Amino acid sequence: MSSSKKIRVLVAKPGLDGHDRGAKIVARALRDAGMEVIYTGLRQTPEMIVEAAISEDVNVIGLSILSGAHNALFPKIMELLKAEGGDNILVIGGGIIPHDDVPALKAVGIAEVFGPGTPLADIVGYIESNVKL
Amino acid sequence: MGSEKGLRKTFKEWDEGPVAKTLAKFPERKEQFETLSGIPVDRLYGPSEKALMEYEQELCFPGMFPFTRGVQPTMYRGRFWTMRQYSGFATAKETNERFKFLLNQGQTGLSIAFDLPTQIGYDSDNPLAQGEVGKVGVAINSLADMELLFDGIPLDKVSTSMTINAPAAILLAMYIAVGEKQGVPMNKLRGTIQNDILKEYVARGTFIHGPKESMRLITDTFKFCSENMPLWNTISISGYHIREAGSTAVQEVAFTLANGIAYVDAAIKVGLDVDSFASRLSFFFGSHSDFFEEIAKFRAARRLWAKIMHDRFGAKDDSSCRMRFHTQTAGCTLTAQQPDNNVVRVTLQALQGVLGGTQSLHTNSRDEALSLPTEQSVQIALRTQQIIAYETGVGDTIDPLAGSYFIEHLTDEVEKRAMEYIIKIDDLGGAPAAIEKGFIQREINDSAYEFQQAIDNSTRVVVGLNKFTVEEEQQFDYLRVDPAVEAEQIGRLQEMREERDQAAVEKTLEALRSAAESDSNLMPLILDAVKAYATLGEMCGVLREVFGEYRAPDIL
Repeated sequence: MSSSKKIRVLVAKPGLDGHDRGAKIVARALRDAGMEVIYTGLRQTPEMIVEAAISEDVNVIGLSILSGAHNALFPKIMELLKAEGGDNILVIGGGIIPHDDVPALKAVGIAEVFGPGTPLADIVGYIESNVKL
Repeated sequence: MGSEKGLRKTFKEWDEGPVAKTLAKFPERKEQFETLSGIPVDRLYGPSEKALMEYEQELCFPGMFPFTRGVQPTMYRGRFWTMRQYSGFATAKETNERFKFLLNQGQTGLSIAFDLPTQIGYDSDNPLAQGEVGKVGVAINSLADMELLFDGIPLDKVSTSMTINAPAAILLAMYIAVGEKQGVPMNKLRGTIQNDILKEYVARGTFIHGPKESMRLITDTFKFCSENMPLWNTISISGYHIREAGSTAVQEVAFTLANGIAYVDAAIKVGLDVDSFASRLSFFFGSHSDFFEEIAKFRAARRLWAKIMHDRFGAKDDSSCRMRFHTQTAGCTLTAQQPDNNVVRVTLQALQGVLGGTQSLHTNSRDEALSLPTEQSVQIALRTQQIIAYETGVGDTIDPLAGSYFIEHLTDEVEKRAMEYIIKIDDLGGAPAAIEKGFIQREINDSAYEFQQAIDNSTRVVVGLNKFTVEEEQQFDYLRVDPAVEAEQIGRLQEMREERDQAAVEKTLEALRSAAESDSNLMPLILDAVKAYATLGEMCGVLREVFGEYRAPDIL
């Protein structure tokens, strides 16, 4: 892959959660790292997120949730994404997500979960090493 | 101003006026206060004879304009702040048990956390509520849930704060209805609805309608309460969420007070006299990690609001100028790493709130960067407040840091810088216009990003996170909301719908609709619908149809 191709990322807030400080900071850090970032804004349903990811032809989806609804919403998003042929998209998550929940989220295809205190550079580095362009 | 003679005279007036009056009604906790070594502690310490310049104008005495030194003449010598832990999860029944646990542990007020569907006006069986029911708070669909929530808790004995904004009028109506059933009339109810929609657009996200329609609901509650609920705080103008979204202390004061100005403007515009409602406005701030700046912030906010109410709005009653506020320790400073360290952070932040003269306080639990707090963590958080109150003696004299060169300087600086922002916001057309233009959001986002960068490059140290780190296995006892809660809640909701008088529900909802289309005050109609067991989702559904829904601009 040519290194000049920009990584396209959708940063999304699924569910009703209004805590978007983390999502916005991550979006900005990815943009500063040279990626093209689309931020969905609040209150996105799984359907809206998957539709935006496909139509914007993104390489990465970053899901942020702090309300505790991740176990219901993340698997739904992965299911829809598969059905729409988005298997190649790297999906990562972040927010208040108890450790015990992570294995089940990884099992449905969430590549990595970044908790509170993660340095922004770790997220940038993870995407750069794992994205499929 | 500020002459020695003038000050002595004002002191005498204070002592014989507000203090004597307060003591007659509320005696202090002790006849005499003293330190551990037996040194007597007076109610108040003032400036030395040399340092009287501007004292009267800028600080004055507790309970006197501009309230820099506190809003009551005796402050914590009379009664400690209200210990009010924000709590709520799962169903009304489980939250009722947590409330009773907290009251048994010596908590003195209640504070309800609602789940997101409730906050956004959806019943638990709405498809958009999936996965969210009972998660960040308790699910309340109708009066039936509210009755369960307060089962065995007499509403004439507690004060209750409700973190509810877009549907605040509806939850207030449910509380009134529960009170009536318990035989407590609404003019005896004490508590607060947050009811602060403007900060939802910039920081918290639980709006339903656009600013214009939302402001109408707010002024409707102001009017209703000014006539019927003299003890009720009609709004809690909140800087907490602005701060949690990433603002600085100065921005927190500025944007909160700018929102406050917008509410007062709106109420005056619909014909309310400023002194008829202003004394029931209350505020809510965060207590972050910069020890002295936070204490100064509380004092500066009080003084600035007093001046705004007096100079800008011409309030005549001192009580209209008196800023009463709730404080919560800063959730965003908690770390998921070495979570027990959070107990220490919370202790310091709680102390800041007390030294800043807060009226009530929530102390965060050590595990909140990981999940909802367990009962044990909540107990430590409450004990933290109790230790500050009962063991340290910090409440034995009023505003003990006043007169510190540094504190007074910081107080002046925070006030001055916040005022500069308020002038800028005025130039943009006021807070609603500044929000519409994205100005406030961008300011907050920039501060949040800078803060995060400072942590990432270690110019700001967070102990256990970017310095003094350890390898640790996360082993914590999480509070889990059972996924079965959602189905259980939906089951009860559907049962309730089958049992109620459907015709009565429809009639009240139709009345609500036509009132929404006109100018009439919606509170009485909401109360009728609540009493007929119309659900929150049904009432908000009607209002959504009439008022429409707001779509926030996405500003990075």
